[in-house]
Amino acid sequence: MWCETFSDTVIEHFMAPRNAGSMPDADAEGNSGDPDCGDSLTIYLKVKDHVIEDIRFMVFGCVAAVATSSMTTELAKGKTLDEALKLTDQDIVEALGGLPENKLHCSVLGESALKDAIQNYLAKTE
Amino acid sequence: MKKRVYADNAATTRLSRPALDAMMPYLTSEYGNPSALHTMGREAKLALERARNQTASVLGAVPEEIYFTSGGTEADNWAVKAAAELGKNKGRHIISTQIEHHAILNPLLCLEAQGFEVTYLGVDAQGRISLKALRDAIRKDTILISVMAANNEIGTIQPIAKIGKLAKEHKILFHVDAVQAIGHIPLDIQSAGIDMLSLAAHKFGGPKGAGALYVRKGISLPSQIQGGGQERNLRSGTENVAGIVGMAAALEYRNARMGSHMEKVLLLRNRLIEGLLRIPNARLTGDLLNRLPGIASFLFEGVEGESMVMMLDLHGICASSGSACASNGHESSHVLKAIGIPRQLSHSSLRLSLNEDNTDEDVDHILEVLPSVVARLRAMSPVWNGSRENY
Repeated sequence: MWCETFSDTVIEHFMAPRNAGSMPDADAEGNSGDPDCGDSLTIYLKVKDHVIEDIRFMVFGCVAAVATSSMTTELAKGKTLDEALKLTDQDIVEALGGLPENKLHCSVLGESALKDAIQNYLAKTE
Repeated sequence: MKKRVYADNAATTRLSRPALDAMMPYLTSEYGNPSALHTMGREAKLALERARNQTASVLGAVPEEIYFTSGGTEADNWAVKAAAELGKNKGRHIISTQIEHHAILNPLLCLEAQGFEVTYLGVDAQGRISLKALRDAIRKDTILISVMAANNEIGTIQPIAKIGKLAKEHKILFHVDAVQAIGHIPLDIQSAGIDMLSLAAHKFGGPKGAGALYVRKGISLPSQIQGGGQERNLRSGTENVAGIVGMAAALEYRNARMGSHMEKVLLLRNRLIEGLLRIPNARLTGDLLNRLPGIASFLFEGVEGESMVMMLDLHGICASSGSACASNGHESSHVLKAIGIPRQLSHSSLRLSLNEDNTDEDVDHILEVLPSVVARLRAMSPVWNGSRENY
């Protein structure tokens, strides 16, 4: 449950998520999760010269899902697509100062949506 | 200091003052073991039996019909397994509902694994079972009907007296999980034809770790815990004297004020419901009329329950959600599923549960905070298609 000690960083990102919102003119978007299962994340990308120039997300999910989404976008912003593709759920968890064990799966949500968005972008531009 | 509003009274309640006062001596000077022969032991034994008398008298039972347990879960487990043991030579069919607490559902699963057959009655959109469906489900080999008096998630109250009448007509044992109901709504064991009933102290201003099972005289209950022979040799273990004394005091206190408490809580709750239903795409779950006075349960489309609870908490409001995200995936509520809520929407539940400790200011604070919490979460929700403006 959520009451099992979240780090201050998790709480902070949950209360003030970075890059939250949609992006109508996005170059690509990626999805992960399933709203029927209680979590769903969409990541939007604006890419210039192979660099993630801007990034936004929309999320339906628990505290960890919101914080993970926020942190994923923060880590990816300004990175080249190749660098961003190398981001792992472990990097995201570490940047958040850890997640309770039963919430670790939430970090996969961020990684997969980001990868999906980048792959969609590459498929479109190739 | 930041205002703190406790609106999770269906989860547990603050220990009431009369309960604390009654318990104090047994937590300090009167620490004798009720089984001991000396003065201190006899004093503790007397306290225990006074508590049994009080509990019985509130329930309209006799003291020999009250067995103290560690809480509601133990009482539920005991009742269901005992009924199966007692009835197994007559039959192996049990009737219950899809919306019982896990303290009933999980023991029933155990019994199914042992070869018992369980019919889980469905409920209507308000969470009420159908008496016709119950009548149709009764078979020659039905040995137990177990139905909760009131639901913990949506507050719906079942037609217990009518169920009891049916059970009696067919000579089937009738157990009622009254954990959410006792101390909150009147419940007459005798006229409702109840054979066994579970209750938990901490739901009505008593301490955690104490509960009771009422068992109608004449039912020869199998033992729950074997040992030194406490609770007429059926539930061994040194009694939780302070807890039991506190439970009886809380029950007596609540019962004496039930009318005025219900009236106060109903007014607060109705104001809360009215105010929160102004939020677009908000929906009340449960039955408007047959409903526990304190429970206001909602679905706020497009918003996930746990994040709502967390954001409310960071604004000083304690609430709960049927939605729980865990490593094995998001568990959606079996109760919301039973009343026909689609899976995605069932993750958007919020329960606010009030009692007589709550005030008008508490309701004001919730009405001020919750709409903006919903709006903030909707603003970043990919499954919300409505307006993204602040309410």
